[in-house]
Order: sequence, then structure tokens, then C-alpha cells
Amino acid sequence: MEKNKKVLIAMSGGVDSSVAAALLKSEGYECAGVTMKLYENEINDAPALKTCCSADDVYDARSVAAGLDIPYYVFNFKDDFSKQVIDRFVCAYENGMTPNPCIDCNRYMKFEKLHLKAETLGYDYVATGHYARVEYDEGSGRYLLKKGLDANKDQSYVLYCMTQKQLAHTKFPLGEYTKDKIRMLALEYGFINAKKRDSQDICFVPDGDYAGFIKRYTGKDYEKGNFVSRDGEVLGEHKGIIYYTIGQRKGLGLSLKEPAYVCEKRLDTNQVVLGRNEDLYEKSLVACDFNWIAYDRPKGEIRVAAKTRYSQTEAPARAKALDGGMVEVIFDEPVRAVTKGQAVVLYDGDVVVGGGRIV
Amino acid sequence: MKIYADNAATTKMSKTARDAMVQCMDEYYGNPSSLYTIGQLAASKLLEAREEIAGCINADPKGIYFTSGGSEADNQAIISAAEFGRKKNKMHIISTAFEHHAVLHTLMKLERSGFEVTYLDVHENGVVTPEEVEAAIREDTILVTVMYANNEIGTIQPIKEIGAVCKKHGVWFHTDAVQAAGHVKIDVADQNIDMLSISAHKFHGPKGTGVLYARAGIPLTNLIEGGAQEKGKRAGTENLPAIVSMAAALSEACAGMKDAAEKVTALRERLISGLQKIPHSRLNGDRQNRLPGTVNFCFEGIEGESLLLLLDARGISASSGSACTSGSLDPSHVLLSLGLPHEVAHGSLRLSINESNTEEEMDYIVKSVSEVVEYLRDMSPVWEDLIKGRKQFYFE
Repeated sequence: MEKNKKVLIAMSGGVDSSVAAALLKSEGYECAGVTMKLYENEINDAPALKTCCSADDVYDARSVAAGLDIPYYVFNFKDDFSKQVIDRFVCAYENGMTPNPCIDCNRYMKFEKLHLKAETLGYDYVATGHYARVEYDEGSGRYLLKKGLDANKDQSYVLYCMTQKQLAHTKFPLGEYTKDKIRMLALEYGFINAKKRDSQDICFVPDGDYAGFIKRYTGKDYEKGNFVSRDGEVLGEHKGIIYYTIGQRKGLGLSLKEPAYVCEKRLDTNQVVLGRNEDLYEKSLVACDFNWIAYDRPKGEIRVAAKTRYSQTEAPARAKALDGGMVEVIFDEPVRAVTKGQAVVLYDGDVVVGGGRIV
Repeated sequence: MKIYADNAATTKMSKTARDAMVQCMDEYYGNPSSLYTIGQLAASKLLEAREEIAGCINADPKGIYFTSGGSEADNQAIISAAEFGRKKNKMHIISTAFEHHAVLHTLMKLERSGFEVTYLDVHENGVVTPEEVEAAIREDTILVTVMYANNEIGTIQPIKEIGAVCKKHGVWFHTDAVQAAGHVKIDVADQNIDMLSISAHKFHGPKGTGVLYARAGIPLTNLIEGGAQEKGKRAGTENLPAIVSMAAALSEACAGMKDAAEKVTALRERLISGLQKIPHSRLNGDRQNRLPGTVNFCFEGIEGESLLLLLDARGISASSGSACTSGSLDPSHVLLSLGLPHEVAHGSLRLSINESNTEEEMDYIVKSVSEVVEYLRDMSPVWEDLIKGRKQFYFE
């Protein structure tokens, strides 16, 4: 039934999307690969070692596509990436939040821009190398987003923004596999990038120095201010509010009697509040811009498992929809370092119920 | 229907050029620098090719230096002038904003090492004037480098007049004639050209070979050191099969130039008048002063990438600008230099045709482009903004 369907595969030049292309091709889809050129990394005088969409990555992706005998293109999304992802990233930091740009990139670039392009060019699906699954649920008539079967690699967290239409036209061929198996397959296929290391950092900040990136990008200097205790006592000077994130302990440059953690960032007074580890625990949170996937906005309270960071285990909680696309999440046990700007994603077992941005 | 309409990117080799190359590989395989007869035979083929090419542009054969192509020729011409200028304390160069990157990037490199470069405006029509060149010349100007015909929009510059201005002020004049050679008449003596770059694959010759012409008295700086080939100015065993093939291709192109230009110009005009019927579109560059075969249009509200892929699906090979810059995928610096805004420059299409194309093919291109543009506009959020008045149209 899926015969002659056309799939456009987003190929970063990494192992995962390369194997995704190979799997779809072997299933009989008419495939084409595309690398989204998102920014000019070579000029950014960042070492082009572990970034994405560099000339070397394009080389790898092209080599894989040629080996699979599928057409391959490089599309320019630099303007959109800068507007939709980098600007949001910078703006969030300037407003005291800690953003997750991968979520915005998936939302605005892969599942909006690339989907539109694919539709325009006559493709039935867009595929990516994410570890997640899409399943059509006959009962509810909805497309469900589910975790990838490899619990260590599951990436459903960064995909919570997907709409029903997008899910209906998306393939995640790796969802049923473990990462080890994918690496094995890459070796079997003889892919040039089979042993390439996984990307870890934010792609446009390959050295991890996001504050340095923001300074270069905006050309602004961020004002120094005070570290204060929860009682208002001045503990020292901080380098500028963008340098810190909630829960951070290292790199504060202070010598205090007991370990101090960033608990709060006060924009109005340009203060960074430090406290003890136990001060970081929150009983509840509110998220905005909430996207419901498994069902429409529920009327009553629901039982969920809530994930407040990409690499955090889920916490049992209750959730209820508020007005204006807001959702309140109340944890059974307090959760550490709930951070504004990060996403909260709610699960029911393997199924992504929905997600939103923590405010 | 399969139509190759990207001859400004590269051309198919002509049978003449191909046969010349194969014959050379079979019969003249010697090294032209060798003493024995087989080497002598190769040397005489090299000499013939040099004379043949010189004859095509009315140059002294001694001024013909074989290179790996247009980019190398551009680099060597500019670097040579700069080296000379540095010694004379003349460190100012004049060029235009829409040169090929082989010129622009070389100039940018020189700027980082202390040179000053004036980039002349090319106006909305993509043509510089000799008066503007003259006004930019200073005491310390060593070189003027202005391309003969632009690779993306095809506009032809007033080369002879610019050359005259340079001659009058004792400034060297280089022109990147990669798009012009074999398509329009070049006469380096009459047109006051001191240095000129040519690339064989733009006139049905082979890829990877070209010419730098430099008149007597211009000291060249080596980019490649080694043997004594090319009067010691470009080391490396000569690529004789390609050079011989290039000479054959250029002779053939020059011999048939008048007829080809007439035919191709008529096809081009048919293409332009057809495409001009698409609303909110524009022909880029001067209507008259242009290469016979190059047409460049902008269509508002669409992205060039999608247009090209959908045309490819209909059998039409076209480009959105220069093939040399498509790796970077930024809006063309050429279109931006004409004053077009970023988003309009994104929706560009270059069609470059040749003498083997037909009227039916032009009609098919017009029909296909019209349909694809309409389809893409229907899908485009930018187009929706334009028709709903949330954004202003740039072209009427």
C-alpha cells in the first residue's frame, strides 16, 4: 500500500540519518536525501569538527546518498534558522531562561519548513533519524508520538511540538532499533560515517560556550551583577545573567562555606540568587504554548509522567489544562531544577501525551 | 523533452573538440619538453594550439599562458598585478561588485594584506560605465579588473572604452572573459586589454583548462612553482590533449560565431518575451547589452531551489545563479549588487541556451516555468502575504 510513496530524508551526515535513509530505501520507498544548510559554521571560526551541516558533513551525506543511489540535495535554510532558532535562543537567555534550541529547530525547521518544501516537491513523507515512533491509533483516529524503543536514545522529548498533520507525514525509521544496532547496520552498509561520534552540543555552539556565542552574535556586553543569597545578602559578583542556568554549581567563581547552586535569576535587579541543593526542588510548574498529541485538551486532571529536561528521568505527576494554552503540572514528589525555557513533556507509558514550555 | 539550458555553467564538448582531444591522446602523447622526436611533435602541437588561440583573440601567441581554467587565470592576473604594484607602492585596485568569486575572493585576500579595492556599482542594469572607472582611478591604482560578460545575468560591459580609459591613465586592465570567449568577438589589441581570462568548457571545450593572456611587458607572478613550462610562469607538464581540444573548440566557436549569435539571440528573445508574461517577474540585467544565450529572471514569492527541482522533473536543466556558488546557497551577490532585496534574489532562475536549442524547446521552457511558478506561488506563505497586502510587491 505504501508502494511508490516518496520520502525526503533529512540527512545531517551522521550515522542515524544515514541508516534511516538505507532502511527506507530497503523498504521500497522512493527516497531522496537533503541536508539543511542552517548556518555558516566554517566562517564562525569554530572548529568544524563536531558541528552539523559543515562541508565535511555534506560530503558524508552525499557519499551515503550516492552509495544508496538516491538523489541528494543541499537546501539553504540559513535565514529561517537564524530567525526561528538562533534569535529565539538568544532572546530566551536574555530573558533569564534556558532554552532548548533543538526543539525549536525540529518545530520550525524540520517539521514546518522542510515539510512544506517536501510537500511542494511532491513528497509524501519527511523522514529523520530521530529515535521515536509514530503510530496511528484507530480508536481515537489520531497519530500518536511514542518513545523510541531504545530507552537510552529516546528523542520523543524534542518532538513534542508535532501536529497531527506533521505526524501523518513523518517517518522515524529508527524508532524500533537500538543505537548499537544502528551502528552495526552502518558498518554493514559500509557507510563512510559509521564510526563518526554522536553530536552532543548545540550545533551552532560546538565549543559549548553559549554565552560567548551570544556575545558574538548580538555584539552586546552583558552587565555584571551580584550573586545574592535567598535572604538578599551579597555573595559576590557574577559575569552577566546569561552565563548561568538553574541548578548550576560549577563555574560560579566563588568560595563559599557550603556548595551553592543557582536557584533563580532576577532580571529586574540583575541578580543571580544562590541557595542550597534542597532549595532547587519544585512541587509544580506551569507550561505555556502547550501541544496536545494523544488527545485534545482534557477537561479534568490526568495522571502522567513528566519530563522536565532532555536527560532527566520522568516524575509521576498530575496535570490539568488551564486557559490560554497553559498547563499546570503538580509532581507527586518535588523535582529538582525545573527551569524556565525548558520543555515539560508528559507521558502515558510510551505515549507522548503532549508538551509545553516551562514559564 | 530533455533540455540542457545551463550552458553558462558548462557546455557539452563539441565533436570537433572531442576528436581533437582523442587524436592528441593517441598520437601526441609525448612530453613537449622532451628532446626526441615524439616530444618535438607534442611541442609543435602545443605551439599550434597557442597560435590558434592567439589568432582567435588577435593576441601575440607569446602572451598566451595555459592554465587549469578561468579561476586560475583570474587569480594569476590579479596576483601578478598586485605583486608589481606592491613594489611600486601602487596598492589600489578597481573592480566591480558583481565579479566572479575567482576575482572577488582574490581581491578580498589582497585587501587583508594591505591593498585597497574600489568596487564599482553596477547599477540596476548590470553595466558599469567607463566614466565611473575613470573617476575611480587614482595615482596609486595598479589594476582595473572588470568582467567582460557577467556569468549570472549575461550583461556585457563596455570593454573597449574601459580599456581606453585605463590606457590613458597608465593602469593595467584585466578582464575575466570566461563567459564571453567563443560567444562574442574579442580583440585584445583593439579593445585595449592587457590581461584576459578564458575557460575552455564554456565554449564546448574540455573542463579543467583555460588561458591567461598577458600582453608583453606584464611581469607575471607564479602561482605554481616547478618546471620551465609556459615560459617559467606556470609549472607542470602541459595538459596537451585539453589544450589542443580547447584550441579546436575556440576556432570552431569563433568561425561560427556570427550565425550562432544570430540564432541564439532570436531564441533568447523568444524566451524573454514568454517569461515576461509571468506576473511579478523581471528580467535581470540590461535588455540589449547581453550575451546571446543568457537569461536571468526573478519571480517574486518563490524559492529558486524548488523551481529548479521541479523544472528538473520536467526535463529542464537550469540554475538559480552561478554553479560555482551553489555550494553556499546564499542569494546571489550578483543579484544583490543590482539592488534586489534578499528575498527577491532568492527566487531567481538562470537559463543559458546555445545554438543547438530550438524554438519548440523555448516554448516548452516558457510553459513549464509559467506552470511551476504558479504552482509554487499557490504553496508559498510569502506569496500569500504578498497578495493579501501584508507585504509589498517589489515588481509590478
